[in-house]
Amino acid sequence: MKAHLTRRYMFSASHRLHSDEMSEAENRATYGKCNNPYGHGHNYMVEVTVSGPVDDQTGMVCNLVDLDDFVHSEILEHYDHQNLNLLAEFAKQVPTTENLCIAIYEIVKRGFLKAHLEKVRIEETMMNSFEYAGEK
Amino acid sequence: MVYLTRKAEFSASHYYHNPEFTAKENQRVFGKCNNPNGHGHNYTLEVTVKGAVDPKSGFVVDLKQLKDVMSREVLDAFDHRFLNKEVPEFLARIPTTENLAIAIWQRLAPKLTATRLHRVRVYETPDLFVDFYGES
Repeated sequence: MKAHLTRRYMFSASHRLHSDEMSEAENRATYGKCNNPYGHGHNYMVEVTVSGPVDDQTGMVCNLVDLDDFVHSEILEHYDHQNLNLLAEFAKQVPTTENLCIAIYEIVKRGFLKAHLEKVRIEETMMNSFEYAGEK
Repeated sequence: MVYLTRKAEFSASHYYHNPEFTAKENQRVFGKCNNPNGHGHNYTLEVTVKGAVDPKSGFVVDLKQLKDVMSREVLDAFDHRFLNKEVPEFLARIPTTENLAIAIWQRLAPKLTATRLHRVRVYETPDLFVDFYGES
């Protein structure tokens, strides 16, 4: 029987929302205080949802230790206490939480093969969250 | 179609052990969850039902009735119990969060006659939860 399993993780990072394709005024109008030149930070909460049949032998969709190990080494070590704007994936892309969500989804989809990735959800603050479940 | 979710909490102990595995395999697969004396969690259960809003009552479901079914079928059986030894489903099945969600679904679905069960979500901790949508 198929079940969905979700695990929550947290990392802290800084970013600045700024597009080189816009003028200073356009950037300010679009991104408001998120365009502050010195950047700002968040505690990002990441939820990773995987699915699959519940294994008869273990009672599990996948071993949490495997998922934790993957997320710690590939996501948390990569993003925690970093300035997102300086990372390769955001060299030409604004590090909005939408784009961060897609980037994390792609890393998990590509590298974690022990269960099917359903979606990645990120809470940037308690008041906003973003989800990406791949191209439908 | 409107979806309604009701939450409840129960506290229970469990441990993970497959009698078909050697002691070493059990330790490798289940780690500290294999401690034979068990350990406990405060579980949060979310039951989501769906249906049309009744034009007379304005309800998807009679909340009192849903609460009573959840209490009788799940909380009375699971709360303050050692799941492996006191809940029939887990005498021969490992009480992982995945299997808990499935067992709770199987207990509730036949009793919720006035509405349709959509999802059972079980939080083992705030950072780990399982969703089960039935056997589709």
